[in-house]
Amino acid sequence: MSVGARRLVVGAHYGLGEWLIQRATAIVLVLYLIVLAVRVIASMPLDYNAWTAIFVPLWMKIATLIAWVALAYHAWIGMRDIWMDYVRATSLRMLLLLATILWLAACLAWAMQILWRV
Amino acid sequence: MTKRRVIRNISITDLMRYRLPPPGLLSILHRASGALMFVALPVALWLFDLSLRSEAGYRQLRALASGWLVRIVVVLLAWALLHHLLAGIRYLALDLDLGMDRAAAHRSARIVMAVSLALTAWVAAILFGVL
Repeated sequence: MSVGARRLVVGAHYGLGEWLIQRATAIVLVLYLIVLAVRVIASMPLDYNAWTAIFVPLWMKIATLIAWVALAYHAWIGMRDIWMDYVRATSLRMLLLLATILWLAACLAWAMQILWRV
Repeated sequence: MTKRRVIRNISITDLMRYRLPPPGLLSILHRASGALMFVALPVALWLFDLSLRSEAGYRQLRALASGWLVRIVVVLLAWALLHHLLAGIRYLALDLDLGMDRAAAHRSARIVMAVSLALTAWVAAILFGVL
């Protein structure tokens, strides 16, 4: 694909895939927030038993896990963009990108542990 | 050979007097709110863990919510989520070529920022017991 008279846009993905996944994961998160909000409102007044009951059904655990995965992927793309925009030293940028992946993977593992204990 | 106009990024010292249009302000706040939530992820997970762990943990969370510092952090994160969510929906609309002209984009940016601030104020009012 050529853009303008001077620049040829070819080769490695040019971020289109990430751009699309960021939108897809955003939609997943909005849908999940709606489901969660409906379930919270339906179990008002909220106490401990009502709150945990929200996450007991397997389908809600799966939905919540999918939401956490979508969140991690969404956050990865956002943070990746931030590091690519502002951090020019390659070594530092690589370090931050790696730290971001580890950070998100750790959060995801923790989220799973919390969910399946309920 | 004609010289091409050189376009440079502004210097970091220009940031304070650089006046962004509303969509630009919304955009940088979208990025800032996203980064803030990324950093606060373990806090959210810790609260999630505490709330589901046990009845005592749930009560501990309720007690935590009466502290000033915790309230301020929660209000800040509520703003980050609301701004990021509403600005994100606006971007999805822009992706579908909705509200693309200049006037509409300025208007929708102002609406998003106003609504997210108003909803944050509502959250703060509930949290601080005004409502």
